[in-house]
Amino acid sequence: MVAQNVVFWILAVAMVLAAIGVVRSRNVVHAALYLVVVMAGAAAQYILVAAEFVAWVQVIIYIGAVIILFLFGIMLTRAPMGGESDLDNDRKWPAAVVSLFLVGVLATLLIDAFHAKEIKISGAGGLRTLRTGTSGHIADLIFKSYVVPFEVVSILLLAALVGAVVIARRD
Amino acid sequence: MILNQFLVLAAVLFCIGVYGVLVRRNGVLVLMSVELMLNAVNINLVAFSAYLHQAAGQVFALFVITIAAAEVGVGLAIVLLIYRNLHSPDLDRVDQLKG
Repeated sequence: MVAQNVVFWILAVAMVLAAIGVVRSRNVVHAALYLVVVMAGAAAQYILVAAEFVAWVQVIIYIGAVIILFLFGIMLTRAPMGGESDLDNDRKWPAAVVSLFLVGVLATLLIDAFHAKEIKISGAGGLRTLRTGTSGHIADLIFKSYVVPFEVVSILLLAALVGAVVIARRD
Repeated sequence: MILNQFLVLAAVLFCIGVYGVLVRRNGVLVLMSVELMLNAVNINLVAFSAYLHQAAGQVFALFVITIAAAEVGVGLAIVLLIYRNLHSPDLDRVDQLKG
């Protein structure tokens, strides 16, 4: 229990610092690389709660594909690579107040609602014995209970692909 | 581990994403902040899946990851089009509908 908590807090601090880096960085490429840290931290958190399939999908799709897409977007829009000062608009303080207010409300609400609910790791009914996050279990769910949403998502991906090509095409 | 660790971490990440969406002017950076918010939602889904011992939450997280990938594709195409028309990825200059 203690080891998992230590790992959790190390990862959580790293993720929050990297997320602040994403929204505060003066360099667009550095922001994308900070985003890699946040995604990898999220994948590690998934492994911590034994959701191994989601963790590897996160690594493959987010770190593998989405970040590459972002880097291509940065290159194609010729974003300023070296320390640009006008990446932010001049509404920083209202935005900071809004997000601090939101985090306050959400944290108070969550702590009030779930203040000491435990995620069981070991023992009967724990994650280690139930093994709900394995690829086999997830595959059973996707192809039995959720097969219609799965097919709908595949149609949506196709539509998004064609839509992206149509939007970005140079006529 | 208690459930709230994950939920509060996700809330903090979500609000950092909100700050990024509100503050950034570059279209690509706004999309990155949206990704931060989607990631926070995924952490919530997986944490509740572990707490309730039901893998359905993880299936929803997989669907959210898929939708996020599609959203980034279309979003970057839109940013590219804005860049091509305005010669700048600055979203504050997209104000043609303003009266």
